[in-house]
Amino acid sequence: MTLGLAVGAYGLSFGAAAVTAGLTTVQACVLSLLLFTGASQFALVGVLGAGGGAVAGVAGALLLGTRNTLYAVRLATLLPVRGPRRILAAQLTIDETTGMATSAPPGLAGTAFWATGLSVYVLWNLATLLGAVGAARLGDPAALGLDAAVPAAFLALLAPQVRARNTLAVAAAGALLAATAIPLTPPGVPVLLAGLAVVPLLARPRPPA
Amino acid sequence: MIWTAVLVASLGCFLLKLAGWSVPARWLERDRLQRAAVLLPVALLAALVVVQTFAADRALVLDARAAGLAVAAALVLLRAPFLLVVVAAAATAALVRAW
Repeated sequence: MTLGLAVGAYGLSFGAAAVTAGLTTVQACVLSLLLFTGASQFALVGVLGAGGGAVAGVAGALLLGTRNTLYAVRLATLLPVRGPRRILAAQLTIDETTGMATSAPPGLAGTAFWATGLSVYVLWNLATLLGAVGAARLGDPAALGLDAAVPAAFLALLAPQVRARNTLAVAAAGALLAATAIPLTPPGVPVLLAGLAVVPLLARPRPPA
Repeated sequence: MIWTAVLVASLGCFLLKLAGWSVPARWLERDRLQRAAVLLPVALLAALVVVQTFAADRALVLDARAAGLAVAAALVLLRAPFLLVVVAAAATAALVRAW
């Protein structure tokens, strides 16, 4: 239930953000149907809305999408999915489904994965449509403060991931790199440059857990 | 151009998901790769917060969006639900602009 409310709210704000960024309602809905990864979708419309090129927008979406590859590796060890169903399972591989499947009691991982995946998919797409249609009718996005809703959404997504000191350092470094790059590079590029913030942490041997 | 970005990003992100289901697990079990995939979203999301709040084309600016973000940050620290954070940020920016 809580998950459903969160997904609905998140989808509503994505639909509104996409339209605010200059996408059509159809484009917003196609993103939710086909791309189906919240953070990547937000990144794409965020970069496009800020005047960044399509290449920078796509690159940002793909970099944020890499974590789904690792989710899929974990899920593949838990769930025996073969043949064409693997295509469907791949599309449903996101934060929420991985979280539910990996925390489900033994034997129920499959049920948790498919039930979560299908309900989040339906809810996410309905909410996107509502958000996009709503924002398209509301009028001037800036007067309503909708442009401020997008960074707030990113902050809310980021917060649960920066509880540890090293992730907090990466977030701070990423923010600083982006701020430095804004006056120096074309729109869209600062976000990609911020990815360099992870390099020092990769060069160091893993700290003891 | 937007359509191209929409379709290419969708295909790319789907292939990233499918790759994880299809390649042998040991290919992706390298420690650095794992950490990169966890840390990259953190760096990118932080950068997106900054860009979406303080960038106006290629200039750094302080406007109503910053007020919205400040309210959002306070609510995030109080562990407020997602929708409240987003709506409060928008309402704050709208109020500052209407002033």
